[in-house]
Amino acid sequence: MKQFSYIRATGARAAVRAYAAATVPAMYLGGGTNLTDLMRLGVAEPELLIDVSGLPDDQILGRRGGGLRIGAAVRNSDAAAHPLIRRDYPVLSQALLDGASGQLRNMATIGGNLLQRTRCAYFQDVTKPCNKRELGSGCPAITGDNRYLAILGHSDLCVATHPSDMAVALAVLNAVVTVEGPGGQRTIPIPGLHRLPGADPTRDTVLQPGELIVAVDLPALPDAARSVYRKVRRRASFSFAVVSVAAVLKLDGNSQIRDCRIALGGVAAAPWRATQAELALRGVPATEANFAAAAEAELSAARPLGENGYKVPLARDVLVRTLTDLAEAA
Amino acid sequence: MDADQQEERFDEDTSTQETYEGLTGLYSRRFILKGAAATGAVAATGPDFWLRAVRASGVDRSEAPPAVQIAPPTDTETEITLTVNGQAQLLTVDNRSTLLDVLRERLGLTGTKKGCDHGQCGACTILLDGRRVNSCLVFAVAHDGAQIITVEGLADGDRLHPLQQAFIARDAFQCGYCTPGQLCSAVGMLGEAAQGWPSAVTTGPGPAGALSADEIRERMSGNLCRCAAYPNIVAAITDVAQRNEAAS
Repeated sequence: MKQFSYIRATGARAAVRAYAAATVPAMYLGGGTNLTDLMRLGVAEPELLIDVSGLPDDQILGRRGGGLRIGAAVRNSDAAAHPLIRRDYPVLSQALLDGASGQLRNMATIGGNLLQRTRCAYFQDVTKPCNKRELGSGCPAITGDNRYLAILGHSDLCVATHPSDMAVALAVLNAVVTVEGPGGQRTIPIPGLHRLPGADPTRDTVLQPGELIVAVDLPALPDAARSVYRKVRRRASFSFAVVSVAAVLKLDGNSQIRDCRIALGGVAAAPWRATQAELALRGVPATEANFAAAAEAELSAARPLGENGYKVPLARDVLVRTLTDLAEAA
Repeated sequence: MDADQQEERFDEDTSTQETYEGLTGLYSRRFILKGAAATGAVAATGPDFWLRAVRASGVDRSEAPPAVQIAPPTDTETEITLTVNGQAQLLTVDNRSTLLDVLRERLGLTGTKKGCDHGQCGACTILLDGRRVNSCLVFAVAHDGAQIITVEGLADGDRLHPLQQAFIARDAFQCGYCTPGQLCSAVGMLGEAAQGWPSAVTTGPGPAGALSADEIRERMSGNLCRCAAYPNIVAAITDVAQRNEAAS
């Protein structure tokens, strides 16, 4: 691991100022569950770590008029166990609890979770080419082991997936990220924070250098809306999503769909908001047949790779099953 | 403990000193003048600190400990205090050192094991400020002042921790390499459940009564056992969870 200097920030603005003043490559350090490993692997080589894990943004606060603000330094385990999140945003609590292990959730922060890097094996192996690490070096995953990689939104340069479960839940909650940057604060909606690879896979998000996530705001869900997270993985626990679905569903008294939001995880470089499926479900009866048609509408855009064709029917089935269960519970 | 409270800092070259409001740490090169009060703890941390220590002029070098020492840390090393199993440790660490390596290589506490070194196996699990974490993923420099409990700190003298006793009674290991991590993780996990924290398999408001085997398996999924002693590990933890429940 490359040598680095270390400073601890006690405020977001101080952290941003330190980043701007750094004369060496700097990175923010949250819980370190991903960055420490990437540094050990040689994937990340910061020469200055600005520790933001102890920032005062470590509270979960109810907002006037409904909604919740989660500070970026809140630990994943605290957010998952928080009574308001469990009561009002079960999809988020479930997604957090489906992620990683008890130990890692105790360390990982909300901000860091959003900014973790892909677990694509080629990205993590510095002896292999990777356009996300080094643009122009190539992507061995496109013709190599791509069983767990993207089926949607990928490009000729990169087929990596985003590993966060939490981000998939935030995508159906219309969460908004507040970012502190050199020019002050700005807000970025999720989806909208993470970007698809396109011509530049090196940038996972729309954040500018030095920008720091300080909070995630959750608007209130409509009354009587239900939400759920469902994850498929290679073993029962402690494994990244092969496919996951986050959903919010609200029915009227006649089982017609009033509000439906769907996001897929494990299929793209960003949490994949299933807008085509949502469109197909607007105002129609909550039936399994309609859910299947909606899933088809979304997944007709899928472009599976050599070894991950199974993800298309898997995503369809998980989507249909999740929405059917949610409708029955409503 | 806040190290700043014990130290008086002197800038090596104030003309080039940059300061940032709201930041702590030795961003620029500085000398630290250490008060005599800290020397007892310094002496306990071993010889490598002394190699780094530069005594103030005017101090009789034939007599130890000196009244005052000046240690010039580089940008890439930091002085921290850790309280490990109740004992304060003052250390100068390379910023790259993980808590796992500090515990094993600097403090000789080799009970905590290095398995995968990537946060995937749980063999390095310790209790950091009361919470179970993978010590292989934690830079020591980021935890100045932390309270740490390792497997060596679980027993009360010769009296084993109830989980240690249960692991023996249930034969919850074969090679034993993962056991320190399993034990520390189980201690932390039972504390989390006692606070009402849910898990991915929790239905309803939270764990009521003793944890089911499903709950224990899910909550312990961060600890792998290559010998696959899982049935006996679950049985051992179940014993303690039930005893705790009966006592509460």
